[in-house]
Amino acid sequence: MTTKLFGEPVRRREDARLIVGKGRYLDDIGHNALAAAFVRSPHAHARITGIDVDGALDVEGLVAIYTYEDLTGPMAEPLPVLIPHPQLTAPRTGYPLANGEVNHVGEPIVMVVATDRYIAEDAAERILVSYEELPVIVGVDAARAAAHAVHEEIPDNVAARHHQQTGDVDPALAASPRTLSFTQYIERSACTPMEGKGVHAKWDADDRSLRVYSSTQASTSVRAAIAAKLGLSLEKVEVIAPDVGGGFGVKIVHPWPEELLVPLAAIALGQEVKWSEDRREHFTSSAHERQQRQEITVGYDDDGRITALDVHIWHDNGAYTPYGIIVPIVTATQLVGPYVIPVYRVVVESVYTNTVIVTPYRGAGRPQGCYAMERTMDRIADALDLDRAVVRERNLIQADQFPYDHHLTFQDGRPVIYDSGDYPGLLAKLRALVGWSEADALRNDAAARGKLLGIGMAMYVEGTGPGPYEGGHVQVLGSGKVLVATGLTSQGQGHETSFAQIVASELGVPIEDVEVTTGDTRRFPYAVGTFASRAAVMSGNAIALAARGVREKALRIAADVLEASPDDLEIDEGVVQVRGVPGSSIPLRTIAVLSNPLRYAFDEAAKQATQFAGPGDDSKPPVSPGDAPGLEHRDYYSPIRSTFASGAHAAIVEIDPATWEIDIVKYAVVHDCGNVVNPMIVEGQVHGGVAQGVAGALYERMAYDRDGQLQNASFMDFLMPYASEVPDIDIDHQSTPSPLNPLGIKGAGEAGVIPGTAAIASAIEDAVGRRIAAMPISPTELYDLVRNDDSELTEAYTRRSGTGAMA
Amino acid sequence: MTTVDTERTVTVTVNGVPRETTVPVRRLLSDALRHDLGLTGTHVGCEHGVCGSCTVLVDGDPVRSCLMLAVQVEGRSVTTVEGLARDDHRGGQVLHPVQEAFRECHALQCGFCTPGFLMTIAAGLDKRDPAAELTEEEVDDMVGGNLCRCTGYANITKAVHSAAAAMRDAR
Repeated sequence: MTTKLFGEPVRRREDARLIVGKGRYLDDIGHNALAAAFVRSPHAHARITGIDVDGALDVEGLVAIYTYEDLTGPMAEPLPVLIPHPQLTAPRTGYPLANGEVNHVGEPIVMVVATDRYIAEDAAERILVSYEELPVIVGVDAARAAAHAVHEEIPDNVAARHHQQTGDVDPALAASPRTLSFTQYIERSACTPMEGKGVHAKWDADDRSLRVYSSTQASTSVRAAIAAKLGLSLEKVEVIAPDVGGGFGVKIVHPWPEELLVPLAAIALGQEVKWSEDRREHFTSSAHERQQRQEITVGYDDDGRITALDVHIWHDNGAYTPYGIIVPIVTATQLVGPYVIPVYRVVVESVYTNTVIVTPYRGAGRPQGCYAMERTMDRIADALDLDRAVVRERNLIQADQFPYDHHLTFQDGRPVIYDSGDYPGLLAKLRALVGWSEADALRNDAAARGKLLGIGMAMYVEGTGPGPYEGGHVQVLGSGKVLVATGLTSQGQGHETSFAQIVASELGVPIEDVEVTTGDTRRFPYAVGTFASRAAVMSGNAIALAARGVREKALRIAADVLEASPDDLEIDEGVVQVRGVPGSSIPLRTIAVLSNPLRYAFDEAAKQATQFAGPGDDSKPPVSPGDAPGLEHRDYYSPIRSTFASGAHAAIVEIDPATWEIDIVKYAVVHDCGNVVNPMIVEGQVHGGVAQGVAGALYERMAYDRDGQLQNASFMDFLMPYASEVPDIDIDHQSTPSPLNPLGIKGAGEAGVIPGTAAIASAIEDAVGRRIAAMPISPTELYDLVRNDDSELTEAYTRRSGTGAMA
Repeated sequence: MTTVDTERTVTVTVNGVPRETTVPVRRLLSDALRHDLGLTGTHVGCEHGVCGSCTVLVDGDPVRSCLMLAVQVEGRSVTTVEGLARDDHRGGQVLHPVQEAFRECHALQCGFCTPGFLMTIAAGLDKRDPAAELTEEEVDDMVGGNLCRCTGYANITKAVHSAAAAMRDAR
């Protein structure tokens, strides 16, 4: 059969337009649109004492200026708290335009609309905003110390205290043969997709309807938010995510102020309005992630088995909490990884700072959790003089323990019950792939060359495919074309290809006949969004179910026509065939025509379905009760809970003790995301994730000064890796299909990034023998660390020095 | 009223076609290509010359069109991603080998940075002796100056090798 494409490395269909410049990204839409630009706060914390727009008024081409005073009704209220949670006791969100106070550099204050962006920016820079500066809080430690408050009425700066526990941790620690405690930090980075955000809005004054294009990961919810905020009826608003130039999480947040203000202006002005975010705006006005301070106490026995784990985290959520405490919850619950943790307590205090909001960035709290757990494993191994892989092995959940219930509550409000996996299998593959047992030989070889070599590993479990649901619609047209729609959006994951593969396989049609639409509320208005490695799991399964519905209907109609039992029919290459009876067949396109009884023949094919085309059964209506015209089906997939993918990474680093440059000489990945729709696409996701993991470990950080000014808000200064910084990646696969969904899929989008920081920290620590407790780490910081007499030596270093094995 | 712009008419050959456009003197080449000439295949990722998404060829050399003014290409020849494929004189197009290789090697995901990579690599490949062995230094030179956030670069590097091999075989 040629149509069983599930699991094949099918080349991507979206590439045909993208490689010839025919993609359609946000700023490619609406050449005649007016342009919006924003006056944004230059201060991290200030009261606005005045806005003087007079200087802008004589700029030729200026169309409109909006401040908070121009907002009414729901637009004058704070932006929504998208994901409320009982433990988020002090949520705060900003306004579409600042209402008297700004809480981070980059917060929008004034929107200017002009005939083009150049002129809009001319006008914006002539608007004078006066401020009364307020004390600034930057970083979790300052937030925790609370010498000042970010929001006056929240004096301790704590937005939420997220707390989960699986038993009584204090007596469990007291009863543990051994304990150790440590504190570590992880810094901020950001998604930084190559295309920033952007919004285009067009108001049809006659129809009183609004079409919005947004570079978003959640078009259906943007639609609902616009309708609610602008007082429009939902059916009068359509939102489309066109080609989106990367997301990585930042575009799941919504409604961004611009997603409301641009439509507001388009309606008020009766003209198309567009805003395309520039790179500096993206750094200072979108979202970041990852800064945490982690205090960890672990109890363990002489074999390195964990007996109890107590974790207290301070999580920097930036100035506002529009995305609730999802990142803290994910850190808290994914921290336990592939391990048996008999008693676990975690508290995450989510604190306000005068910095850009913190919302999910690929991994979404998992890299921090992995960093906490995996560095704990390293510490136990070091204390006991055990191989780090052995300590991990002894703590792993075994393959016969699934489903494994951690007795925690995940970000979807559902229990953390691992559905399937083989963690010892992952570890065995990883050791072989990276050459774990040869590390000492490599170390000696590097030492002979004057280099310090170290190896590290990290394992993770990733909850993927959270609900509540996604849907799919599959329709066969009389032309034979198969239209597929799902509501969630695409940002480069190749959904047009992988969803087409699913439909081609399920329905038995050539993939060339399948057309997939994502993220267009006109085609599918019910959806949640693309985040949390959920698109293939959620929409993939929904589309498969929809295709199965179409197949069932097609076989029913074909059985009538061919006078056969549906059980004897098969579909291949778009033709329904009575199995073993050559010549007894009917094309799906004909079934599509017959499925819709007609009065009018609008084309040649349609004639077959008209009322005098052939003898009918006069005892039944043309459309039977319970049936519907058309060869189409809509279905939904709503999971009982998330499905848990897993993996293990290892890194070998070589460090030059003259420059302290850190070179990753080997990076090994073992990856398990269950059944794979398209292995080429999954490997691509792993590659990209690893690059971001390496970036977060060695290069990227948001360099805020103490005044809350982001000192590196450009690609000149924020060290996003080029090809020269990303190591070659060796990948091995394992597949433990999910028993939770029809296709056995687990998510793959975020996996690559999760263990990078932990594995690389471990490798550097192994190389230099100094405790690495703050990531990312630059050559300068490493130099300072090894030269600091107070920096902590590892036990392994001391032992190795004693035996003379260390250079 | 304050008028901040003065305009110039620019005559430039774009993708082999003579074009004339009247633009404010401060208009970036990237904006002129995208918004005045409607060639939106050239993308703008940073507007400070670091990411390379906006790379086009000016008289055959890769140039960051966000760092050049439209008036600077007066009388010159510009090639954008829309002009990378050849006309097959039968109503279709023949893709440049690097375009084929990008699709074959999964060297793009979101596709936003792709035009910049394609133009830079195409310029590099077109200038070299296709019979010569492709060195890692050459590959690094062709991919090392552009940013991609999706692919981790591995498949882009692979695509350069693949395109070079195709060009060698097609000699």
